[in-house]
Order: sequence, then structure tokens, then C-alpha cells
Amino acid sequence: MASLIGLYSLMFGLFFSLLIIFFSIKNFRNYNVFDNKIISFTLLQFFFVIVSFFSLVASFVGSDFSNETVFNHSHTTKPLFYKISGTWGNHEGSLLLWLLVLTLFISLFLLKSKEQSKQYRILTLLFQQVIIIGFFIFLIKTSNPFTYIFPVPNEGLGLNPILQDPALAIHPPILYLGYVGTSIIFSSTLAATSLNYITKEWAKHIKQWILITWIFLTLGILLGSIWAYYELGWGGFWFWDPVENVSLMPWLALTTLLHCILVLEKRSTLTSWVVILSISTFALSMCGTFLVRSGILNSVHTFANDPERGLFILIFLFCLIFLSLFIFFFFHKVENKNIKGFFWLSKESSILINNWFMMYFLTVVLVGTVYPIFLEVVSSEKISVGPPFYNKLIIPFLIPFLFAMAIGPKLRWIKSDFQNKFNLIIFLVISFLLSVIIIKNFDTNFLVNTILITSAFYLFFITLKDFFTYKFENLSQNLAHFGFSLLILSILFNNIFSSEIITNLKIGETFETKNFKINFEKIEKKDKENFRAIIGKFNIEDLNGKIEILKPELRIYNQPNIVTSEADIKTNLLSDKFMTMNLVQNQDYFNIRYQIKPFMIWIWLSVLLISFGGLNSFFKKKNEK
Amino acid sequence: MKNKILPIILIVIFLLIFVIFYYGLRNSNIYIPKTNIEKVIPSFEVKLFGSKKKINSEKIFKDDKYYLLNIWASWCIPCRDEHSFLMNLRNQKNIDIIGLNYKDDNLNAKKFLEELGSPYKTILSDTDGLISIEWGAYGVPETFLIYKKKIIKKIIGPLNENSLSDIKSLIE
Repeated sequence: MASLIGLYSLMFGLFFSLLIIFFSIKNFRNYNVFDNKIISFTLLQFFFVIVSFFSLVASFVGSDFSNETVFNHSHTTKPLFYKISGTWGNHEGSLLLWLLVLTLFISLFLLKSKEQSKQYRILTLLFQQVIIIGFFIFLIKTSNPFTYIFPVPNEGLGLNPILQDPALAIHPPILYLGYVGTSIIFSSTLAATSLNYITKEWAKHIKQWILITWIFLTLGILLGSIWAYYELGWGGFWFWDPVENVSLMPWLALTTLLHCILVLEKRSTLTSWVVILSISTFALSMCGTFLVRSGILNSVHTFANDPERGLFILIFLFCLIFLSLFIFFFFHKVENKNIKGFFWLSKESSILINNWFMMYFLTVVLVGTVYPIFLEVVSSEKISVGPPFYNKLIIPFLIPFLFAMAIGPKLRWIKSDFQNKFNLIIFLVISFLLSVIIIKNFDTNFLVNTILITSAFYLFFITLKDFFTYKFENLSQNLAHFGFSLLILSILFNNIFSSEIITNLKIGETFETKNFKINFEKIEKKDKENFRAIIGKFNIEDLNGKIEILKPELRIYNQPNIVTSEADIKTNLLSDKFMTMNLVQNQDYFNIRYQIKPFMIWIWLSVLLISFGGLNSFFKKKNEK
Repeated sequence: MKNKILPIILIVIFLLIFVIFYYGLRNSNIYIPKTNIEKVIPSFEVKLFGSKKKINSEKIFKDDKYYLLNIWASWCIPCRDEHSFLMNLRNQKNIDIIGLNYKDDNLNAKKFLEELGSPYKTILSDTDGLISIEWGAYGVPETFLIYKKKIIKKIIGPLNENSLSDIKSLIE
């Protein structure tokens, strides 16, 4: 029943797209005032997508296995929370979520843009409807979430256990709000370009949309990273996995766009940058969806390998790209004030420098993600690009980037001069000495690490000082940049000072190092609703005799039948203790992996801080420079 | 002049990317986790289907023959799809098909076989699913080709014409 309602709601939604387009074109040509009927239609369309989405949720909650999607991805013994999150833990459901966010954003946009011109609102709506129709057809034709199976099975196949994690359950909706939210920026930029409306006023209005999607995208990436850390059991938080990269690329483009829009708002220049970045942000989101969903790349996100689906997104993606290229080249008027007109030492030129750095990082990530695919097609050779590639290409450029980030915001618009040169140099010296002291005692690559940490400390101190000198004058930017310096510092310390032990232990045995002892006390078995758990109990005694208990777990899920290993992590402000346990086949000992990871929690906190910067800017428009 | 070259170059570049992605899609490599290929099969003790007698795996897999271990269940829809391929293989001389009935109800499983016929020489029952885990199975159906106590091929998901001909060419 729910499936039927869901399917018909989708059909109605598509039907409303046609109505909206018809009335929009009529309204665009004939009248001067915006036809409120169009808003009602858009809201109705949104309503139907909601109905459709919730009927899928209802099918999951009620374990209605006559629905193929539910059958493939759910199971009666799954806890309610994961039944609900299973809705978007699969290809069909996640596309329905795409559609939900698309329609949500256009509805909000129409409600919030009443002071904008009629032409602009209608064109934005039309462009967004093109995307919406594309996804409606994609959903109904190739990935219908409401197909029946007969005879109705008694039991479903279950959700992949590694997706059964609280962070991952809310990761897709949050990420999608950012990822798919970029569509509204794309539509409105195309509309504004066609109407030659890329102005200060437009920048002010679209900035809010950029900020809100940016915040959600940042948080979404953070959640994915937290999940990887807790669930995958490798003790890392970022793997340069293609799937992570496709969420990072729109983020890089969006962050650059955020900086450009500030320049546009103040100085009405950099218009081409803004248009191109808006287009590429959404194109990168779509491209990410294509790469992840088509099965060209492989990961937990690849729910289905169906070339037909991939082909559809591919064609649709390129149609959108060509449409935007057409609009850009035919309608966009290059500004008269040329970029060359910038004085070399000014806020706008520092933002321009930031742009080029960001574009470089984006290119590195793009090449690293796409090149293996290209190579395989051209020469059928398989290569994999791992962390060393990214480290080599990104780290050297991170150093000047961090310095620029520290100094850039201190410059004024149009023409500037260094103030407090003395302060700037003092902080540089302090940062350098501090990093030498820290690095000296460790046996790592001295030169590179010292310079890196110096630059990160430099940004850290400068932004910290700015909290006191400028108070709340430029809080958002300061928070975000301070958060970024903290992020880089935590990542660096985390990388340099992590230690790891891998050993095999039997129950009762003790493993000793010069700093601590690990004692394998016992194992317990527990039966849960959807898995059986084998829980190890380990006592870790440090030099002072302080004992910490860690309980890593092995879980044998019933449906599907998969063994996962759950890390046990003890977090405190300075470092994380991280332990995983694995079964060694046909033996009575366990493989133990114990890691000490300094400053782990600061990585999460600093990303939160960065998004707070955005949030602050979103809510507080006054007082900002 | 400059204004026309740039769009054309961009369009050509994007078309090229499109073509490459298109071909990338066509030889889309479905990821198969590192399997126990060429690994010795696990040894285990298992109940025979429909009886309480237990049998040791050493007695099932002999050295001189090919074996196809097929994990199936009556509740598994794709298993119905692949059944005809298994029936097709039943008549091959140098291969024995062993069924591993996965987490199934005995009555339902019997009905399934009465309805579609049994391709299996021996049927083992894996009521709690542990043996399938030992084999490194990911789900139902899954099929292993075994020779000299080694897994030489693993097929995840239902058999189809391609995998059938693969198997046939391997055992020739």
C-alpha cells in the first residue's frame, strides 16, 4: 500500500514539474508580477516528494518485504533506528533523498526571495526544474524504489553491517543538504547570468545560500570521516578514497566560491570566477554522484552496478555542463574592471591568490580521482593513487597557503599596507622556535615538518591574536581560519606522534613495551538482536600504574552474515587510545591492534569550529567587514 | 576570434571526457573482494541435509574430481534464477555439485527441490550460517569451484550463461 502511494506521489511530482514549467513560461512572458500559483505548485511538488519519501520510510519501518528495495536492504531484527536510516542506505532511497533536497531547496528559495525580480525567480525555478525532472525520470525509469516482488519473502537481506552506525545513519541527509543544495546556487547563477544580474545585490542574496550549503557540506564530510575512524577500524580518518574525494572536491570549489562572493559583494569584480565556480561546484557534485553510483569506482557507496544508471547520469551531467557553458559564453559579459587592475597588496588580490591555491588543490584531487579511470580505459592498466601522491603534491603548497591565510585577511580592500610588521615577524619567530622544540626530539623528517608546523602555528597565533584585537569585528572569518589552523596542527601532530602495536595474544597473556603493558584478561559473548558479539577485555597499564580498560568487539551479524570488528576507543583531550581485535582462523589467539593517536578529538572539534564560522556569518550580517 | 576558440576547446575537452567515462562505464569492474582463490578449502564437520548424520568435509571433496559448492536457500529469489544452470551442469561427468543449504527451513527447502528438481549430489545444511562464513561467502547464492581441495573460482551472486561457460571451460 505504502509503495503504491509512494509511486503515485512520484508521478504526481513529475506532473507538477510540467505544470510549473508551463505556467512559469507563461508568467515570464506575459505579466509583470510573479504568479503565486507557481509557488503553490512548487510547494505541492515538494509535498508529493515528501509523501513519497515517507512512504518508503514507512515500508522500511514496517518491514514490508513486498517492496524490493526494503527486501534488499532491511531485515526484521534490525533496530528501528537502522530501519529508518536504511531508507537512504541504498541506491534507490538515496536518490529519493536527492530529489527531496532538490525540491526542498527550490521551495525555500521561492519563499525567501520575494524581494528579487520576477524574471530572476522564474528563471532560477526553471533551471532547477530541469534538474528536478532529470532526477524524477532517472528515479522512476532506472531506480524505482517502489518495485514489487512476488511471492513476498518472509525476510529481507539486511543492511550492510558497516553501515549500521549512528554517524553514518545521519551522514547522508546532512551531506546531501550541502551536496544537492549546491543545485540552487547553480540554478540561480545561470538565471542571474542570463539576465546579466551578477551584481553586488545578487551576491548579497546568494551568499546566504552558499553559506548554508557550505555548512552542511562541511558537517557532512566531518560525519563521514568520524564514521570511517570509528567503524572501519583502521584508525585513520581520511583515506583519500575516491568517495571521500568526490565530497571534498565540491567543498573546495564551494569554499573558493564563498571567498569570491565576498569580493563580488564589496567590489563587484571577479564575476567570471563566481559564475564558473558556481557551475563547477554543482557539476562536481553531479560528477561525484556519477562516479559513486555508476560502479566506475568501488566502495561502500556503490550500491548497485548498473551501467544503465551510470549512463543516464553521465548524459544528464554533460547536458547540464553544455547548457551552462552555452549560457556562460553567450550571456556572460566580462567586467570592464580587469583583474589586472588590482593593487598587488590588497584583500582582493590575496583572495585571488587563495583562489589559485584552492584550484590547485582541487586539480590535484580531481586528477588523483579520475586519472586511474582514464588510464584504465586508455591502456587497460590498473593503478591506484594513494596518500603518498596527495601528500607529495599538497603539502609543499600548503605552507605558502597557510602563510597567505594568516596575512591575507589583515589586508584592506583596494590598497593596503602592512601594519604591525613587528608583530608579524615576532609571531613568525615564536612559531618557528616552538616547532623546532617540538620536532627536535622526534625522529622524523626535520626540515619539512618544522616548516609545516611553523606555518600552521603562525596561522594559529595570528588568528588567536585577532580574537583579542578585533573582538567580534570579523568573527566568522577568524573562527574559520583559526579552526583551519587547528585542524592542520592536529592532523600534523596526529600523523607525526601516532604509535601503533600489532601483536597476537591469547587470553591471559600480557604484552609489554617500555611505556605500557597490555593484558588480555578475558572474552565475553553476548547475543544482540541482529548480531552476536565477542567482546575482549584488555587492561592497559601505563608507567604510573594507571589502568585503562579497553573492550574491542567482534560482531557476527545475522543478516547479511558478515563479521565486523568494532574498535574500542578511549578519548581524552590529548590523545585517543584505539584498539581493534581480529580473529585468527583456526587458532586460539587474537590479532590485536593498539594505537595511540594524539589530538584526535581536536580534528573533529576544529572542523566544527570551521563550520561555526560559517554559521556565525549566516546569522549575523552586521558587524562583518 | 579568441572568444570563439575557447568555447570550442572546452566543448572538445568535455566531449573527450564524456567518451572516456562512457567507455569506463562499459568495462565497469565490479569489485570482487580478495577471495580465497587458490586457497585450500576449510575443513569442517557438517550435518547432511534432511538427516541428523554428520559428515566430515574430507570425505566429501576428493582429489580426482571437480566440485561445485553452491550455497543456496529456498527463500533466496536469485537462487531460483540460477537453478536451471545448475540443472544443466548436473549431467557433466567430471563434476559433482554439492549444495550448502543456508539458514533454511527444512520443509521449504524440500519443497523447493521437489518443485525445481535437485542438481545436487550431496546436500549439506548450514543452519546457523557459520560454515558459509568460514568459506568467506558474502551472501546467497554463491558458488565455489573446487579442484584438489583448492578453490579455483568463486562466483558471487547467481550463476549466468557467462559463468556457466567459464566453469565448463575450466573443467574440460
